[in-house]
Amino acid sequence: MGMTISEKILAKAAGRETLHADDIVWVNIDKAMMDDILGPRVEIADNLKKMGAKVWDPDKVVIISDHYTPPANIKQANIVKFTREWAAENGIRAYYEFAGPCHQVMMDKGHALPGTVVVATDSHTTTYGAVACFSTGIGSTEMSGVLATGQTWMKVPQTIHINWNGTLPKFVMAKDISLRTIKELGHAGATYKAMEYTGDTIRSMIMDERMCLTNMAVEAGAKAGMIGFDRITAGYLKEKFGITEDFSQYNSDPDAVFCRELDFQAEALVPQVACPHEVDNVFDITDVDDVQVDQVYIGSCTGGRYNDLKAAAELLRGKCVDSRIRVLVSPASKDIYNQCMRDGILETLSDAGCTILGSTCGACLGVHSGNIGDQEVCVSTTNRNFLGRMGSKSSGVYLTSPLTAAATALTGRLTDPREMMEGA
Amino acid sequence: MERGKVWKYKDNINTDIITPPESMELDIQGAAKYCMNNLDPTFASGFQKGDLLVCEHNMGSGSSRETAPLCLRELGVRIVIAMDYARIFYRNCINVGIIALECPNTDKISKDDILEVDYRSGVIKNVTTGETYMCNPIPDHIFAIVEQGGLIPYITNKLENA
Repeated sequence: MGMTISEKILAKAAGRETLHADDIVWVNIDKAMMDDILGPRVEIADNLKKMGAKVWDPDKVVIISDHYTPPANIKQANIVKFTREWAAENGIRAYYEFAGPCHQVMMDKGHALPGTVVVATDSHTTTYGAVACFSTGIGSTEMSGVLATGQTWMKVPQTIHINWNGTLPKFVMAKDISLRTIKELGHAGATYKAMEYTGDTIRSMIMDERMCLTNMAVEAGAKAGMIGFDRITAGYLKEKFGITEDFSQYNSDPDAVFCRELDFQAEALVPQVACPHEVDNVFDITDVDDVQVDQVYIGSCTGGRYNDLKAAAELLRGKCVDSRIRVLVSPASKDIYNQCMRDGILETLSDAGCTILGSTCGACLGVHSGNIGDQEVCVSTTNRNFLGRMGSKSSGVYLTSPLTAAATALTGRLTDPREMMEGA
Repeated sequence: MERGKVWKYKDNINTDIITPPESMELDIQGAAKYCMNNLDPTFASGFQKGDLLVCEHNMGSGSSRETAPLCLRELGVRIVIAMDYARIFYRNCINVGIIALECPNTDKISKDDILEVDYRSGVIKNVTTGETYMCNPIPDHIFAIVEQGGLIPYITNKLENA
Protein backbone atom coordinates (compact mmCIF):
# COMPACT_ATOMS: atom_id res chain seq x y z
CA MET A 1 0.00 0.00 0.00
CA GLY A 2 1.39 3.38 -0.97
CA MET A 3 1.54 6.43 1.27
CA THR A 4 0.20 9.95 1.00
CA ILE A 5 2.48 12.96 1.30
CA SER A 6 1.24 13.49 4.89
CA GLU A 7 1.94 9.86 5.82
CA LYS A 8 5.46 10.06 4.37
CA ILE A 9 6.40 13.29 6.14
CA LEU A 10 4.98 12.12 9.48
CA ALA A 11 6.72 8.75 9.09
CA LYS A 12 10.05 10.50 8.70
CA ALA A 13 9.30 12.72 11.72
CA ALA A 14 8.36 9.68 13.78
CA GLY A 15 11.41 7.68 12.69
CA ARG A 16 9.25 5.03 11.04
CA GLU A 17 9.52 3.33 7.67
CA THR A 18 5.83 3.46 7.02
CA LEU A 19 2.79 5.01 8.59
CA HIS A 20 -0.83 5.01 7.63
CA ALA A 21 -3.91 7.03 8.42
CA ASP A 22 -5.21 6.69 11.99
CA ASP A 23 -1.85 5.54 13.40
CA ILE A 24 -0.98 7.55 16.51
CA VAL A 25 2.66 8.53 16.83
CA TRP A 26 4.98 10.94 18.59
CA VAL A 27 6.68 13.11 16.00
CA ASN A 28 9.79 15.25 16.16
CA ILE A 29 9.07 18.88 15.35
CA ASP A 30 11.33 20.59 12.82
CA LYS A 31 10.12 24.09 13.59
CA ALA A 32 7.79 25.58 16.18
CA MET A 33 6.40 29.07 15.69
CA MET A 34 4.58 31.30 18.15
CA ASP A 35 2.86 34.59 17.56
CA ASP A 36 2.25 37.37 20.09
CA ILE A 37 -1.46 36.88 20.79
CA LEU A 38 -1.25 33.16 21.62
CA GLY A 39 2.46 32.82 22.20
CA PRO A 40 4.53 32.99 25.40
CA ARG A 41 1.98 35.22 27.21
CA VAL A 42 -0.79 32.58 27.13
CA GLU A 43 0.33 29.94 29.62
CA ILE A 44 3.53 29.05 27.74
CA ALA A 45 5.99 31.07 29.84
CA ASP A 46 4.31 29.87 33.05
CA ASN A 47 4.03 26.28 31.86
CA LEU A 48 7.74 26.02 31.12
CA LYS A 49 8.49 27.32 34.59
CA LYS A 50 6.04 24.85 36.13
CA MET A 51 7.67 21.99 34.25
CA GLY A 52 11.13 23.26 35.07
CA ALA A 53 11.84 22.98 31.37
CA LYS A 54 13.88 24.97 28.88
CA VAL A 55 13.28 25.46 25.16
CA TRP A 56 14.54 22.21 23.65
CA ASP A 57 16.29 23.88 20.73
CA PRO A 58 16.12 27.69 20.38
CA ASP A 59 17.23 27.45 16.74
CA LYS A 60 14.08 25.49 15.91
CA VAL A 61 11.79 28.14 17.36
CA VAL A 62 10.44 31.20 15.57
CA ILE A 63 8.50 33.98 17.29
CA ILE A 64 6.58 36.59 15.31
CA SER A 65 4.70 39.51 16.84
CA ASP A 66 2.08 40.19 14.22
CA HIS A 67 -1.43 40.33 15.68
CA TYR A 68 -0.76 43.29 17.97
CA THR A 69 1.69 45.17 15.75
CA PRO A 70 1.50 48.09 15.62
CA PRO A 71 -0.10 48.06 19.08
CA ALA A 72 -3.37 49.96 19.35
CA ASN A 73 -3.15 50.49 23.11
CA ILE A 74 -1.00 49.89 26.16
CA LYS A 75 -2.23 46.33 26.76
CA GLN A 76 -1.28 45.30 23.24
CA ALA A 77 2.05 47.13 23.52
CA ASN A 78 2.81 45.23 26.73
CA ILE A 79 1.98 41.91 25.09
CA VAL A 80 4.42 42.65 22.27
CA LYS A 81 7.00 43.81 24.80
CA PHE A 82 6.60 40.61 26.81
CA THR A 83 6.90 38.51 23.66
CA ARG A 84 10.04 40.33 22.54
CA GLU A 85 11.69 40.01 25.94
CA TRP A 86 10.73 36.36 26.30
CA ALA A 87 12.26 35.62 22.90
CA ALA A 88 15.51 37.30 23.95
CA GLU A 89 15.63 35.59 27.37
CA ASN A 90 15.14 32.19 25.78
CA GLY A 91 17.73 32.64 23.09
CA ILE A 92 15.27 32.70 20.18
CA ARG A 93 17.19 34.37 17.39
CA ALA A 94 14.40 34.14 14.82
CA TYR A 95 12.24 36.86 16.35
CA TYR A 96 10.32 39.23 14.06
CA GLU A 97 7.96 42.10 14.68
CA PHE A 98 6.31 44.56 12.32
CA ALA A 99 7.29 42.05 9.62
CA GLY A 100 3.73 41.01 8.80
CA PRO A 101 1.32 38.15 9.47
CA CYS A 102 3.32 35.19 10.75
CA HIS A 103 2.56 32.69 8.00
CA GLN A 104 3.80 34.91 5.22
CA VAL A 105 6.91 35.73 7.25
CA MET A 106 7.52 32.00 7.80
CA MET A 107 7.37 31.48 4.04
CA ASP A 108 9.36 34.60 3.13
CA LYS A 109 12.17 33.71 5.52
CA GLY A 110 12.39 30.03 4.58
CA HIS A 111 11.31 28.59 7.94
CA ALA A 112 8.87 26.18 6.30
CA LEU A 113 10.48 23.69 3.94
CA PRO A 114 9.39 20.52 2.10
CA GLY A 115 9.33 17.25 4.02
CA THR A 116 9.39 18.92 7.44
CA VAL A 117 6.85 19.16 10.26
CA VAL A 118 5.98 22.61 11.56
CA VAL A 119 3.56 23.48 14.35
CA ALA A 120 2.47 26.96 15.38
CA THR A 121 0.02 28.66 17.71
CA ASP A 122 -2.27 29.76 14.90
CA SER A 123 -4.83 27.79 12.95
CA HIS A 124 -3.72 29.04 9.53
CA THR A 125 -0.40 27.23 9.95
CA THR A 126 -1.78 24.88 7.28
CA THR A 127 -0.39 27.45 4.80
CA TYR A 128 3.04 25.80 4.53
CA GLY A 129 1.55 22.72 2.91
CA ALA A 130 1.92 24.76 -0.28
CA VAL A 131 5.61 23.84 -0.21
CA ALA A 132 4.96 20.23 0.81
CA CYS A 133 5.58 20.94 4.49
CA PHE A 134 3.30 19.18 6.97
CA SER A 135 2.14 22.05 9.14
CA THR A 136 -0.69 22.47 11.57
CA GLY A 137 -2.00 24.78 14.26
CA ILE A 138 -1.78 23.88 17.93
CA GLY A 139 -2.83 25.50 21.20
CA SER A 140 -0.57 27.21 23.68
CA THR A 141 -0.40 24.37 26.20
CA GLU A 142 0.50 21.92 23.46
CA MET A 143 3.18 24.39 22.36
CA SER A 144 4.54 24.32 25.92
CA GLY A 145 4.95 20.57 25.52
CA VAL A 146 6.65 20.99 22.15
CA LEU A 147 9.04 23.58 23.55
CA ALA A 148 9.92 21.31 26.47
CA THR A 149 10.39 18.10 24.50
CA GLY A 150 10.62 18.89 20.78
CA GLN A 151 7.80 16.45 20.19
CA THR A 152 4.06 16.14 20.08
CA TRP A 153 1.64 13.32 19.40
CA MET A 154 -0.31 13.19 16.19
CA LYS A 155 -2.94 10.98 14.73
CA VAL A 156 -1.97 10.45 11.11
CA PRO A 157 -4.76 12.05 9.10
CA GLN A 158 -6.77 10.48 6.35
CA THR A 159 -6.53 12.52 3.17
CA ILE A 160 -9.18 14.05 0.95
CA HIS A 161 -7.89 14.29 -2.61
CA ILE A 162 -9.15 17.45 -4.26
CA ASN A 163 -8.72 17.53 -8.03
CA TRP A 164 -9.09 20.79 -9.92
CA ASN A 165 -8.63 20.51 -13.64
CA GLY A 166 -8.85 22.99 -16.49
CA THR A 167 -7.95 26.65 -16.89
CA LEU A 168 -9.33 29.23 -14.49
CA PRO A 169 -11.41 31.86 -16.29
CA LYS A 170 -10.22 35.45 -16.29
CA PHE A 171 -11.01 37.32 -13.04
CA VAL A 172 -11.31 34.07 -11.09
CA MET A 173 -8.60 33.37 -8.51
CA ALA A 174 -7.31 30.73 -6.08
CA LYS A 175 -9.51 32.30 -3.38
CA ASP A 176 -12.53 31.32 -5.44
CA ILE A 177 -11.21 27.75 -5.64
CA SER A 178 -10.72 27.76 -1.88
CA LEU A 179 -14.24 28.99 -1.17
CA ARG A 180 -15.82 26.64 -3.71
CA THR A 181 -14.00 23.66 -2.21
CA ILE A 182 -14.98 24.62 1.35
CA LYS A 183 -18.59 25.00 0.20
CA GLU A 184 -18.46 21.41 -1.04
CA LEU A 185 -16.81 20.02 2.08
CA GLY A 186 -18.64 22.16 4.64
CA HIS A 187 -16.87 23.86 7.52
CA ALA A 188 -16.28 20.57 9.31
CA GLY A 189 -16.01 18.37 6.22
CA ALA A 190 -12.27 17.85 6.59
CA THR A 191 -12.01 17.77 10.39
CA TYR A 192 -9.04 15.61 11.50
CA LYS A 193 -8.17 15.09 7.82
CA ALA A 194 -5.61 16.43 5.39
CA MET A 195 -6.76 18.10 2.19
CA GLU A 196 -4.45 17.47 -0.75
CA TYR A 197 -4.99 19.72 -3.74
CA THR A 198 -4.00 18.32 -7.10
CA GLY A 199 -4.92 18.44 -10.79
CA ASP A 200 -3.61 20.50 -13.68
CA THR A 201 -5.18 23.74 -12.42
CA ILE A 202 -3.10 23.45 -9.25
CA ARG A 203 0.01 22.24 -11.11
CA SER A 204 0.07 25.44 -13.17
CA MET A 205 -0.63 27.72 -10.21
CA ILE A 206 2.04 30.07 -8.83
CA MET A 207 3.09 29.77 -5.18
CA ASP A 208 1.21 32.91 -4.06
CA GLU A 209 -2.04 31.34 -5.22
CA ARG A 210 -1.22 27.89 -3.82
CA MET A 211 -0.72 29.39 -0.38
CA CYS A 212 -4.26 30.77 -0.50
CA LEU A 213 -5.57 27.21 -0.92
CA THR A 214 -3.56 25.59 1.85
CA ASN A 215 -4.07 28.56 4.17
CA MET A 216 -7.83 28.11 4.12
CA ALA A 217 -7.82 24.30 4.48
CA VAL A 218 -8.48 24.80 8.18
CA GLU A 219 -11.76 26.53 7.29
CA ALA A 220 -13.05 23.09 6.31
CA GLY A 221 -11.65 21.83 9.61
CA ALA A 222 -8.54 20.25 8.08
CA LYS A 223 -5.42 19.40 10.02
CA ALA A 224 -3.25 20.12 6.99
CA GLY A 225 -3.56 21.42 3.45
CA MET A 226 -1.04 19.80 1.15
CA ILE A 227 0.26 20.31 -2.39
CA GLY A 228 2.87 17.95 -3.80
CA PHE A 229 6.39 19.07 -4.72
CA ASP A 230 6.69 19.93 -8.41
CA ARG A 231 8.55 22.23 -10.80
CA ILE A 232 6.73 25.29 -9.41
CA THR A 233 7.83 24.39 -5.86
CA ALA A 234 11.35 23.72 -7.10
CA GLY A 235 11.48 27.05 -8.96
CA TYR A 236 10.18 28.92 -5.93
CA LEU A 237 12.71 27.36 -3.54
CA LYS A 238 15.60 27.96 -5.92
CA GLU A 239 14.70 31.57 -6.63
CA LYS A 240 14.00 32.53 -3.02
CA PHE A 241 16.48 30.45 -1.07
CA GLY A 242 18.88 28.90 -3.58
CA ILE A 243 17.60 25.43 -2.60
CA THR A 244 18.02 22.95 -5.45
CA GLU A 245 17.22 19.67 -3.66
CA ASP A 246 14.52 17.48 -5.15
CA PHE A 247 11.82 16.67 -2.60
CA SER A 248 9.54 14.70 -4.88
CA GLN A 249 10.10 11.52 -2.81
CA TYR A 250 7.54 12.94 -0.37
CA ASN A 251 4.78 13.15 -2.97
CA SER A 252 1.79 10.85 -2.59
CA ASP A 253 2.33 7.45 -4.21
CA PRO A 254 0.07 6.50 -7.12
CA ASP A 255 -1.41 3.76 -4.92
CA ALA A 256 -1.81 5.94 -1.82
CA VAL A 257 -5.18 5.59 -0.12
CA PHE A 258 -7.47 8.61 -0.06
CA CYS A 259 -10.66 8.65 1.97
CA ARG A 260 -12.48 10.80 -0.55
CA GLU A 261 -11.98 12.19 -4.05
CA LEU A 262 -13.48 15.50 -5.13
CA ASP A 263 -13.42 16.66 -8.76
CA PHE A 264 -13.92 20.20 -9.99
CA GLN A 265 -13.67 21.85 -13.38
CA ALA A 266 -11.96 25.22 -13.22
CA GLU A 267 -13.58 26.50 -16.43
CA ALA A 268 -16.99 26.43 -14.77
CA LEU A 269 -15.95 28.48 -11.74
CA VAL A 270 -17.25 32.02 -11.25
CA PRO A 271 -16.23 34.43 -8.46
CA GLN A 272 -17.35 33.08 -5.08
CA VAL A 273 -18.61 34.88 -1.98
CA ALA A 274 -18.76 33.53 1.60
CA CYS A 275 -21.67 35.40 3.17
CA PRO A 276 -21.98 36.06 6.91
CA HIS A 277 -21.39 34.33 9.32
CA GLU A 278 -19.81 31.04 8.19
CA VAL A 279 -16.97 30.36 5.75
CA ASP A 280 -18.95 27.60 4.03
CA ASN A 281 -21.95 29.88 3.43
CA VAL A 282 -20.66 30.26 -0.12
CA PHE A 283 -22.49 31.36 -3.27
CA ASP A 284 -21.68 32.21 -6.86
CA ILE A 285 -21.48 36.00 -6.88
CA THR A 286 -24.30 36.03 -9.44
CA ASP A 287 -26.59 34.48 -6.82
CA VAL A 288 -25.93 37.05 -4.09
CA ASP A 289 -28.39 39.94 -3.74
CA ASP A 290 -27.23 43.53 -3.85
CA VAL A 291 -24.99 44.26 -0.85
CA GLN A 292 -24.09 47.82 0.11
CA VAL A 293 -20.57 47.95 1.51
CA ASP A 294 -18.88 50.24 4.06
CA GLN A 295 -15.35 48.90 3.91
CA VAL A 296 -13.17 46.83 1.62
CA TYR A 297 -10.15 45.07 3.12
CA ILE A 298 -7.38 43.59 1.02
CA GLY A 299 -4.78 41.91 3.18
CA SER A 300 -3.89 39.07 5.57
CA CYS A 301 -2.09 35.73 5.25
CA THR A 302 -4.95 34.67 2.97
CA GLY A 303 -5.39 37.54 0.55
CA GLY A 304 -2.55 40.05 0.89
CA ARG A 305 0.23 38.50 -1.16
CA TYR A 306 2.08 40.14 -4.05
CA ASN A 307 -0.15 38.53 -6.65
CA ASP A 308 -3.27 39.65 -4.77
CA LEU A 309 -2.20 43.28 -4.58
CA LYS A 310 -0.97 43.22 -8.16
CA ALA A 311 -4.34 41.93 -9.36
CA ALA A 312 -6.19 44.57 -7.36
CA ALA A 313 -3.89 47.31 -8.65
CA GLU A 314 -4.38 46.26 -12.27
CA LEU A 315 -8.13 46.53 -11.82
CA LEU A 316 -7.96 49.87 -9.98
CA ARG A 317 -5.28 51.51 -12.16
CA GLY A 318 -6.35 54.99 -13.22
CA LYS A 319 -9.70 54.65 -11.47
CA CYS A 320 -11.05 55.94 -8.18
CA VAL A 321 -12.66 53.96 -5.39
CA ASP A 322 -16.24 54.84 -4.43
CA SER A 323 -16.22 57.92 -2.20
CA ARG A 324 -18.73 56.42 0.28
CA ILE A 325 -16.43 53.63 1.43
CA ARG A 326 -12.94 53.17 2.79
CA VAL A 327 -10.58 50.72 1.18
CA LEU A 328 -7.77 49.34 3.31
CA VAL A 329 -4.77 47.47 1.91
CA SER A 330 -2.32 45.61 4.14
CA PRO A 331 0.44 43.68 2.32
CA ALA A 332 0.91 40.24 3.88
CA SER A 333 4.50 40.92 4.87
CA LYS A 334 7.14 43.63 4.94
CA ASP A 335 8.92 41.86 2.08
CA ILE A 336 5.74 41.99 0.01
CA TYR A 337 5.21 45.61 1.02
CA ASN A 338 8.67 46.49 -0.25
CA GLN A 339 8.25 44.56 -3.48
CA CYS A 340 4.88 46.20 -4.14
CA MET A 341 6.42 49.59 -3.41
CA ARG A 342 9.29 48.99 -5.81
CA ASP A 343 6.91 47.86 -8.55
CA GLY A 344 4.55 50.81 -8.21
CA ILE A 345 1.65 48.68 -6.96
CA LEU A 346 1.23 50.61 -3.72
CA GLU A 347 1.33 53.88 -5.64
CA THR A 348 -1.39 52.69 -8.02
CA LEU A 349 -3.57 51.56 -5.12
CA SER A 350 -2.98 54.74 -3.16
CA ASP A 351 -3.71 56.92 -6.20
CA ALA A 352 -7.01 55.06 -6.60
CA GLY A 353 -7.95 56.08 -3.06
CA CYS A 354 -6.89 53.03 -1.04
CA THR A 355 -5.32 53.50 2.39
CA ILE A 356 -2.08 51.54 2.62
CA LEU A 357 -1.57 50.02 6.08
CA GLY A 358 1.47 48.32 7.54
CA SER A 359 1.72 44.54 7.33
CA THR A 360 -0.37 43.22 10.21
CA CYS A 361 -3.10 40.81 11.26
CA GLY A 362 -5.04 43.67 12.92
CA ALA A 363 -8.30 44.12 11.03
CA CYS A 364 -8.66 40.47 9.96
CA LEU A 365 -9.51 39.48 13.52
CA GLY A 366 -10.88 42.81 14.66
CA VAL A 367 -8.15 43.88 17.05
CA HIS A 368 -6.95 47.13 15.41
CA SER A 369 -6.36 48.98 12.12
CA GLY A 370 -9.79 48.71 10.55
CA ASN A 371 -12.44 47.30 12.90
CA ILE A 372 -15.99 47.80 11.65
CA GLY A 373 -18.90 49.36 13.50
CA ASP A 374 -22.52 48.49 14.17
CA GLN A 375 -24.42 47.16 11.14
CA GLU A 376 -21.41 47.85 8.90
CA VAL A 377 -20.47 45.56 6.04
CA CYS A 378 -16.93 44.66 5.00
CA VAL A 379 -15.92 42.83 1.85
CA SER A 380 -12.65 41.19 2.76
CA THR A 381 -9.95 39.00 1.24
CA THR A 382 -9.34 37.39 4.65
CA ASN A 383 -10.30 33.92 5.88
CA ARG A 384 -13.13 34.22 8.43
CA ASN A 385 -16.53 35.91 8.53
CA PHE A 386 -17.68 34.70 11.94
CA LEU A 387 -20.10 36.74 14.04
CA GLY A 388 -18.21 39.80 15.28
CA ARG A 389 -14.97 38.69 13.64
CA MET A 390 -13.90 42.11 12.36
CA GLY A 391 -15.72 44.25 14.90
CA SER A 392 -19.30 44.80 16.00
CA LYS A 393 -21.50 41.74 16.52
CA SER A 394 -24.09 43.40 14.29
CA SER A 395 -21.60 43.81 11.43
CA GLY A 396 -21.23 41.46 8.47
CA VAL A 397 -18.16 40.19 6.61
CA TYR A 398 -18.26 38.86 3.04
CA LEU A 399 -15.17 36.90 2.01
CA THR A 400 -14.05 37.23 -1.61
CA SER A 401 -11.02 37.19 -3.86
CA PRO A 402 -8.84 40.30 -4.15
CA LEU A 403 -10.29 40.98 -7.62
CA THR A 404 -13.87 40.88 -6.33
CA ALA A 405 -12.81 43.12 -3.44
CA ALA A 406 -11.21 45.59 -5.87
CA ALA A 407 -14.28 45.64 -8.12
CA THR A 408 -16.41 46.24 -5.02
CA ALA A 409 -14.13 49.11 -4.03
CA LEU A 410 -15.01 50.88 -7.29
CA THR A 411 -18.77 50.65 -6.91
CA GLY A 412 -19.43 50.57 -3.16
CA ARG A 413 -21.55 47.44 -3.54
CA LEU A 414 -20.55 43.80 -3.87
CA THR A 415 -19.46 43.59 -7.50
CA ASP A 416 -18.54 40.79 -9.88
CA PRO A 417 -15.06 41.64 -11.19
CA ARG A 418 -16.04 40.26 -14.60
CA GLU A 419 -18.17 43.40 -14.98
CA MET A 420 -14.87 45.27 -15.22
CA MET A 421 -13.74 43.18 -18.18
CA GLU A 422 -13.13 45.23 -21.28
CA GLY A 423 -16.22 45.13 -23.45
CA ALA A 424 -18.43 43.88 -20.61
CA MET B 1 -19.77 11.07 38.36
CA GLU B 2 -20.44 14.74 37.70
CA ARG B 3 -23.90 16.24 38.07
CA GLY B 4 -24.81 19.63 36.68
CA LYS B 5 -27.18 21.98 34.95
CA VAL B 6 -26.96 22.41 31.19
CA TRP B 7 -26.08 25.48 29.17
CA LYS B 8 -27.09 24.49 25.65
CA TYR B 9 -26.01 25.86 22.28
CA LYS B 10 -26.15 24.40 18.78
CA ASP B 11 -23.64 24.16 15.89
CA ASN B 12 -20.42 26.04 15.14
CA ILE B 13 -19.78 27.66 18.50
CA ASN B 14 -16.49 28.99 17.15
CA THR B 15 -13.60 30.33 19.15
CA ASP B 16 -14.37 33.91 18.07
CA ILE B 17 -17.70 33.48 19.86
CA ILE B 18 -16.13 31.86 22.92
CA THR B 19 -13.44 34.54 23.21
CA PRO B 20 -14.36 37.66 21.21
CA PRO B 21 -11.30 39.34 19.65
CA GLU B 22 -11.48 42.49 21.74
CA SER B 23 -11.23 40.46 24.95
CA MET B 24 -8.04 38.70 23.98
CA GLU B 25 -5.66 41.39 25.11
CA LEU B 26 -6.95 40.94 28.68
CA ASP B 27 -5.71 38.29 31.08
CA ILE B 28 -7.83 35.15 31.34
CA GLN B 29 -9.77 36.37 34.39
CA GLY B 30 -10.67 39.55 32.49
CA ALA B 31 -11.34 37.84 29.16
CA ALA B 32 -13.63 35.24 30.76
CA LYS B 33 -16.16 38.00 31.53
CA TYR B 34 -16.72 38.37 27.76
CA CYS B 35 -16.94 34.64 27.08
CA MET B 36 -19.80 33.92 24.57
CA ASN B 37 -20.86 37.55 24.95
CA ASN B 38 -21.82 38.07 21.29
CA LEU B 39 -24.10 35.03 21.39
CA ASP B 40 -25.40 34.91 24.96
CA PRO B 41 -24.56 37.81 27.29
CA THR B 42 -25.91 35.85 30.30
CA PHE B 43 -23.36 33.02 29.96
CA ALA B 44 -20.29 34.51 31.61
CA SER B 45 -22.17 36.00 34.54
CA GLY B 46 -24.60 33.11 35.01
CA PHE B 47 -22.43 30.01 34.55
CA GLN B 48 -21.87 28.30 37.89
CA LYS B 49 -19.00 25.96 38.64
CA GLY B 50 -20.20 22.44 37.90
CA ASP B 51 -22.66 23.49 35.21
CA LEU B 52 -22.26 21.64 31.91
CA LEU B 53 -21.66 23.15 28.49
CA VAL B 54 -23.49 21.19 25.79
CA CYS B 55 -23.31 21.95 22.05
CA GLU B 56 -24.00 20.12 18.82
CA HIS B 57 -21.79 19.98 15.68
CA ASN B 58 -18.34 21.46 15.03
CA MET B 59 -17.80 22.75 18.54
CA GLY B 60 -14.87 25.18 18.86
CA SER B 61 -14.24 25.75 15.17
CA GLY B 62 -11.94 28.48 13.88
CA SER B 63 -8.91 29.90 15.57
CA SER B 64 -6.39 27.90 17.58
CA ARG B 65 -6.82 30.39 20.41
CA GLU B 66 -6.43 28.51 23.66
CA THR B 67 -8.02 31.49 25.37
CA ALA B 68 -11.29 29.74 24.46
CA PRO B 69 -10.92 26.67 26.72
CA LEU B 70 -8.97 28.71 29.26
CA CYS B 71 -11.88 31.16 29.64
CA LEU B 72 -14.31 28.27 29.89
CA ARG B 73 -12.13 26.66 32.55
CA GLU B 74 -11.91 29.99 34.36
CA LEU B 75 -15.71 30.13 34.50
CA GLY B 76 -15.82 26.64 35.99
CA VAL B 77 -16.35 24.45 32.92
CA ARG B 78 -14.94 20.99 33.61
CA ILE B 79 -16.89 19.00 31.04
CA VAL B 80 -17.95 19.92 27.51
CA ILE B 81 -20.31 17.64 25.60
CA ALA B 82 -20.81 17.95 21.83
CA MET B 83 -21.61 15.76 18.85
CA ASP B 84 -18.23 16.59 17.31
CA TYR B 85 -15.40 19.07 17.67
CA ALA B 86 -13.00 21.13 15.63
CA ARG B 87 -9.71 19.38 16.16
CA ILE B 88 -7.55 22.14 17.71
CA PHE B 89 -10.25 23.06 20.22
CA TYR B 90 -10.63 19.39 21.18
CA ARG B 91 -6.90 19.02 21.81
CA ASN B 92 -6.78 22.32 23.68
CA CYS B 93 -9.59 21.20 26.00
CA ILE B 94 -7.81 17.95 26.84
CA ASN B 95 -4.50 19.76 27.26
CA VAL B 96 -5.89 22.29 29.76
CA GLY B 97 -7.77 19.62 31.67
CA ILE B 98 -11.31 20.03 30.32
CA ILE B 99 -12.98 16.73 29.54
CA ALA B 100 -14.41 16.93 26.01
CA LEU B 101 -16.98 14.22 25.41
CA GLU B 102 -18.40 13.22 22.05
CA CYS B 103 -22.06 12.31 22.28
CA PRO B 104 -24.25 11.89 19.19
CA ASN B 105 -27.46 12.75 21.08
CA THR B 106 -26.86 16.28 22.29
CA ASP B 107 -29.79 17.49 20.16
CA LYS B 108 -32.00 15.78 22.77
CA ILE B 109 -30.51 17.86 25.59
CA SER B 110 -32.04 21.26 26.46
CA LYS B 111 -30.97 24.28 28.45
CA ASP B 112 -31.39 23.79 32.21
CA ASP B 113 -31.68 19.99 31.97
CA ILE B 114 -29.88 18.26 34.82
CA LEU B 115 -27.37 15.65 33.65
CA GLU B 116 -25.33 13.03 35.47
CA VAL B 117 -22.14 12.36 33.53
CA ASP B 118 -19.87 9.39 34.10
CA TYR B 119 -17.04 10.25 31.73
CA ARG B 120 -15.15 7.04 32.46
CA SER B 121 -17.95 4.80 31.31
CA GLY B 122 -19.29 7.38 28.83
CA VAL B 123 -22.82 7.23 30.20
CA ILE B 124 -24.87 10.41 30.44
CA LYS B 125 -28.15 10.31 32.33
CA ASN B 126 -30.60 13.12 31.69
CA VAL B 127 -32.29 13.43 35.05
CA THR B 128 -34.82 15.92 33.68
CA THR B 129 -36.08 13.76 30.80
CA GLY B 130 -35.16 10.32 32.09
CA GLU B 131 -33.17 9.55 28.93
CA THR B 132 -29.74 7.93 28.84
CA TYR B 133 -27.08 8.66 26.20
CA MET B 134 -23.77 6.98 25.39
CA CYS B 135 -20.63 8.95 24.59
CA ASN B 136 -17.88 7.74 22.28
CA PRO B 137 -15.14 6.22 24.43
CA ILE B 138 -12.18 8.48 25.18
CA PRO B 139 -9.13 6.92 23.42
CA ASP B 140 -6.49 5.55 25.80
CA HIS B 141 -3.73 7.97 24.82
CA ILE B 142 -6.05 10.90 25.48
CA PHE B 143 -7.40 9.41 28.68
CA ALA B 144 -3.83 9.19 29.96
CA ILE B 145 -3.58 12.99 29.64
CA VAL B 146 -7.06 13.63 31.05
CA GLU B 147 -6.38 11.42 34.06
CA GLN B 148 -3.36 13.49 35.06
CA GLY B 149 -5.27 16.76 34.74
CA GLY B 150 -3.92 17.94 31.41
CA LEU B 151 -0.79 18.02 29.31
CA ILE B 152 1.47 19.95 31.67
CA PRO B 153 1.20 17.50 34.60
CA TYR B 154 1.42 14.67 32.03
CA ILE B 155 4.67 15.98 30.56
CA THR B 156 6.09 16.88 33.96
CA ASN B 157 5.65 13.25 34.98
CA LYS B 158 7.06 12.06 31.69
CA LEU B 159 10.17 14.25 32.10
CA GLU B 160 10.65 13.15 35.72
CA ASN B 161 10.39 9.49 34.76
CA ALA B 162 12.63 9.84 31.71
